[in-house]
Amino acid sequence: MSVALGIRQVGIGAPRQSPAWLAVMSLARQPIAILAAIVVLTVVVMAAGADMLAPFDPAAADWSALREAPSRVHLFGTDDLGRDILSRMIHGARASLLASFVSVSIAFAVGVPIGLCSGYLGGVVDGAIMRFTDAMLAIPALIFAVSLAAFLGPSLINAVIAIGVSAIPVFIRLSRAQALAVKHEEYVEAAFVIGNPRWRLVLRHILPNIVPALIVQATLTMAFAVIAEASLSFLGVGQQPPAASWGNMLAIAKNYLEEAPWMAIWPGAAIFLTGLSFNLLGDTLQDALDPRSRARGA
Amino acid sequence: MLRFLLQRLALMVPTIFFVSVIVFSLQQLLPGDPALTIAGDEASPAVVAEIRAKYHLDDPLPLRYGKWIAGLAHGDLGFSLRTQQPVTQLLAQKVPVTVELATLAMAVALTFGVLMGVVAAIWRGSAVDYIARSIALFGISMPSFWLGILSILLFSVKWRVLPASGSVSLIEDPIENLRSMIMPATVLGLVVSGVIMRHTRSAMIQVLSNDYVRTARAKGLAERTVIFVHALRNAALPIITLGALEFGQLLSGTVLTETVFSIPGFGKLVVDAVFNRDYAVVQGAVLCTAVVFLLLNLFADLAYAFVNPRLRTQ
Repeated sequence: MSVALGIRQVGIGAPRQSPAWLAVMSLARQPIAILAAIVVLTVVVMAAGADMLAPFDPAAADWSALREAPSRVHLFGTDDLGRDILSRMIHGARASLLASFVSVSIAFAVGVPIGLCSGYLGGVVDGAIMRFTDAMLAIPALIFAVSLAAFLGPSLINAVIAIGVSAIPVFIRLSRAQALAVKHEEYVEAAFVIGNPRWRLVLRHILPNIVPALIVQATLTMAFAVIAEASLSFLGVGQQPPAASWGNMLAIAKNYLEEAPWMAIWPGAAIFLTGLSFNLLGDTLQDALDPRSRARGA
Repeated sequence: MLRFLLQRLALMVPTIFFVSVIVFSLQQLLPGDPALTIAGDEASPAVVAEIRAKYHLDDPLPLRYGKWIAGLAHGDLGFSLRTQQPVTQLLAQKVPVTVELATLAMAVALTFGVLMGVVAAIWRGSAVDYIARSIALFGISMPSFWLGILSILLFSVKWRVLPASGSVSLIEDPIENLRSMIMPATVLGLVVSGVIMRHTRSAMIQVLSNDYVRTARAKGLAERTVIFVHALRNAALPIITLGALEFGQLLSGTVLTETVFSIPGFGKLVVDAVFNRDYAVVQGAVLCTAVVFLLLNLFADLAYAFVNPRLRTQ
């Protein structure tokens, strides 16, 4: 179902060795994954050190340098108000990272407990929760996020909340499926027989088993969140100008395609590369943690 | 078959109920007094009171929900705050363009995605497979609005072969209509084709490892027949379901694509309504999208059951 959201959902697989070790090893073995990790790290550094790294003030208009092509002074050129595009991109990284981490945290914090309860308890609770996630999945993520932004008011934080909320059902489904898969394993039943309370069973015996799959899902959802934040800001319901976001930079660039095509190249490339890197990392992790998907080569 | 149909319909009832609750709850998110928000800051108290009465804002929540649902049952989605037109009428005006865009995009996505998936599965592990998978990953990571902007840069600004925006009525000028639809539909379709390629590939790989495929090969059938008649027909089952699921993604995509290419469709209606704070239109649009999505998935399930007799008898 997750594909409807535009969020990719991971397959279900049980860990064979220490997942953290496997993950690190699998990433280190793949040059393309190292490259992806470098891209993500660069974005993190850009966001963290934006004030120091940006050569110009991202909001400072320069009427003597309107829509200048890339040059030595302005490496990526300037926009319609003469603002330095490179500086705006460095600052725009903040919006993307904020979107990816905060929205995934929201989806994780809400979705995982609900999914675990749903899978572990079963019965009417499970049925009701599943129909509710069906309903949420029936509303396409972006349309849901846009309409949430309409009612909450357009701002980056509201856009991030909307993205997080629309990613919740994927986490519910994943943790439910995983809880169902392991709940009848002998070690879980043994732990129950010796008198562990239910909450302890779920936290100590079921949750650790599904962490690898959740990490993969979180990584793939970050790719979705980066693109979704850019989409919402592009539509005007995310980051509000003059603050920079790669999405709202593209929205302005769209009006000057004839005169200043470079305005449209860099921010789009940044969204694409960041999304691609998160997706690549997620895929590599999935291959490492789920031997079946590796065998399938999917 | 009838039992299967009834079962699926019964499952849809609670889902649609929850959809309606979600859509209804949206307006509860409005900060402050909704009547004031709708009326605007400069409205007189009389106008605010009138709005409060018109939208039953003083009624208790469950009663308001009941009235709203009763309206829905009569096909009444409320009125646009801006144009005073019924929301159903607005939707009916805008939907055809979007249906055309989505259908064309789906055709592009299926053609490209299934073709790439089949090719990748046949030559699994080869350079062709690697390239096809890379293209799929690029498609999945590509923001559709950026691809749209890039194609405008190339085809409209640089080469000037295709129009950058606007839409012409399909009935008045079919050729020009198609010309203006090629770029948006291809952009949207390519972005969705990545997911379809991945699923086609894994479905084909699974089917190709079955015994009956080996038998078909062993009895000397041409490889073409084995792949297209025996394998693809079985791999097509999950693709049908996926196609319906991807429709949601496609609808999300139309919001962006229509904005990039200035196509006056459903997506543009939603975005405009969001900026005009035209809440009834937003709610109506979300509700319609969800119901269409659920119906399409129901049809996909039925098609699946129709093609796969094992499901019918269960």
